[in-house]
Amino acid sequence: MALFSIFPRRKTFDHGIYPVEHKELTADKPIRRLPFAPELVIPLEQHKGKPAIPTVRVGQEVVRGEPIAEADGHVSVPMHAPATGVISDIALAPTAAGPKALAIYLKVYQAASQRVLFGLERDLATLSREALVAAVQQAGLVGLGGAAFPSHVKLMPPAGRTIETVLVNGCECEPYLTCDHRIMLEQTESLVRGIELVLRATGAERAIIGVEDNKLDAVEHLRRQLPAHLPITAEAVRTKYPQGAERMLITSLTGREVPIGGLPADVGVAVYNVGTLAQMGELLPKGQGLIERVVTVSGPGVERPGNFMVPVGTPVRFLLEQVGLKDSYGEVILGGPMMGMAVASLDVAVTKAVSGVVVLEREDLDLAERKVYPCIKCGACVEACPISLNPSVLGELAQVREYAAMAEHYHLDQCFECGCCAYVCPSNIPLTQYFRIAKAINREDK
Amino acid sequence: MAALGLMLALMLVVANRSLYVYEDPRIDQVEDLLPKANCGACGEAGCRTFAELLVKGEVDPGKCTVNAKATNQLIADFLGVSLGNTEKRVARLACAGGAHVAYIRASYGGISSCRAAALVNGGGKGCSWGCLGMGDCVEVCQFGALSLDEHGLPVVDEDKCTACGDCVTVCPKDLFSIQPVSHRLWVACKSLDAGDEVEHHCAVACTACGRCVQDSPEGLIEIRDNLAVVDYTKNALASKVAIERCPTGAIVWLESDGSVTKGRDARKVVRKAPLPMA
Repeated sequence: MALFSIFPRRKTFDHGIYPVEHKELTADKPIRRLPFAPELVIPLEQHKGKPAIPTVRVGQEVVRGEPIAEADGHVSVPMHAPATGVISDIALAPTAAGPKALAIYLKVYQAASQRVLFGLERDLATLSREALVAAVQQAGLVGLGGAAFPSHVKLMPPAGRTIETVLVNGCECEPYLTCDHRIMLEQTESLVRGIELVLRATGAERAIIGVEDNKLDAVEHLRRQLPAHLPITAEAVRTKYPQGAERMLITSLTGREVPIGGLPADVGVAVYNVGTLAQMGELLPKGQGLIERVVTVSGPGVERPGNFMVPVGTPVRFLLEQVGLKDSYGEVILGGPMMGMAVASLDVAVTKAVSGVVVLEREDLDLAERKVYPCIKCGACVEACPISLNPSVLGELAQVREYAAMAEHYHLDQCFECGCCAYVCPSNIPLTQYFRIAKAINREDK
Repeated sequence: MAALGLMLALMLVVANRSLYVYEDPRIDQVEDLLPKANCGACGEAGCRTFAELLVKGEVDPGKCTVNAKATNQLIADFLGVSLGNTEKRVARLACAGGAHVAYIRASYGGISSCRAAALVNGGGKGCSWGCLGMGDCVEVCQFGALSLDEHGLPVVDEDKCTACGDCVTVCPKDLFSIQPVSHRLWVACKSLDAGDEVEHHCAVACTACGRCVQDSPEGLIEIRDNLAVVDYTKNALASKVAIERCPTGAIVWLESDGSVTKGRDARKVVRKAPLPMA
């Protein structure tokens, strides 16, 4: 028994990788606020689904927290003004996805308060399930882990499915990122309130908070804070990438596997990021909308890394000026280094989906040394792939442009681009990039 | 055993009679005269489908842009129809931002393919609409009609281009379109950025100043979303007057010999070397 406690067998999934974590840079830095950027750029499409429709005119003054765009249909969410100011323009703005898209430009009144002045307090205990789901949509809540899928859609499982377990994702398996870690430590009360709301809205029996075992302080803290009358438990899972991927976490914590082409609801599970639920617990009782989120700014390219509460729409350039951008910076990534997107312009704004800004130095990139060699069939990628695809064959098919065959015979569509295969490849083959192209082309051909 | 054989043979005879599908023998003959590139330039699924429609008389032989005119004439004579619309159509690129005039804002180090680069924040080019210059179109062209010039911009060889549209499909920035060769007045820009911003990114972009609109007959050109757009239904009115006062040379006149004429007032581009990173 003693031996088992020295080597605790943490729950986990098969395959996966162990990248260097680099979390020590920001793990002990409390969440701080920054001054407002002089101008915020709020893209209308920050979530999966239809873009929001602006409800403000150019020249209109708005107060922090006021709705500025409404949802277009069910799979869409409204936007709220992240600061007090005047709408200066509704025009095209650079986005992290690439093509320019419509955005609301908000000139911020400097000296405006950081307090949210808009919102109507309400008693959530009297709300019905439907009203609760509607309230979640009105709050503009989306998955803050990075996928930005509207939260209220997940609260309503498809007909014939019931949600029995709510998994709360506090894994944060991406290197560098520590925002979820800090949220679990600092916003525990809101988090618990959020979990309670989701349990009510989904009718689930229990909730499990899954946390990687490199954050045992968060697990201890949560276990102390969790109220005894609620069916919520906190559980440590093994530190392994991509533990925080929805499907992996379901397998680790419940032993169930989401069928191909299925949803977590098919195995009776709904997964929420801790950041999403903390915001839900914070905003819903106050009747406010999502206007800011916790962002980890880290990496060797910044002088003062940390965790910050950043208003949505803050340009990345402003954020990096505040933390000190070194001249030797080489690459700026929105999100974590494994699945995040490198940006070509610092004018891109922080959206609801951006959990981190990681800045690498130029010498870290060593592009010249990253020569691509032919596949030597070592099978390292097959060992790494968390969903047991065969990236080696997929990569060879991609090189000869057999994109349809990749989807038809090798389950390309199941790939969620975690990057494990490309990370372990000794030949430096950019496998994940190949798969991204193939998936983009297959989507177009459909 | 012999009886069984006889019975099966009889069944085959009956089946051959009752299930016989009559196919016009001319379809095979016409198909033999088609190029069999299955490129889809005619708008049909392939040469076989096109041949079937030809025999039915629903399309004109002239719609095949890959065949030589003489071969199409052979098909027309064989079927006893007229050659039909034979105006040659070619692919045209709506961008002139080569490496010597368009800034890049970040260097891209991944797979050398426009489609791959476009997935990483739209590629490294300053202009979100501009040509990425990695030659996906050159690679996809079956007819060798495309090549990259010294500034990394694709050039269409109008003689070789068959208007099959493969480059239109492959370009992640949707810069190619299929145009009749008579469309000589051409806006070589697709940027929707406002005038002052667009000049930060590219020296030959359309700034939407509207001079071409003023200088051309009513309705030929209009400014739509910060970009000059030519209404080709009024193509007969087009002349070189429209391009003369363009300050950047974004609107050009494409000569029949393949050269490009810019207006008198167009900014002279003397730079040959690529621009440094902005």
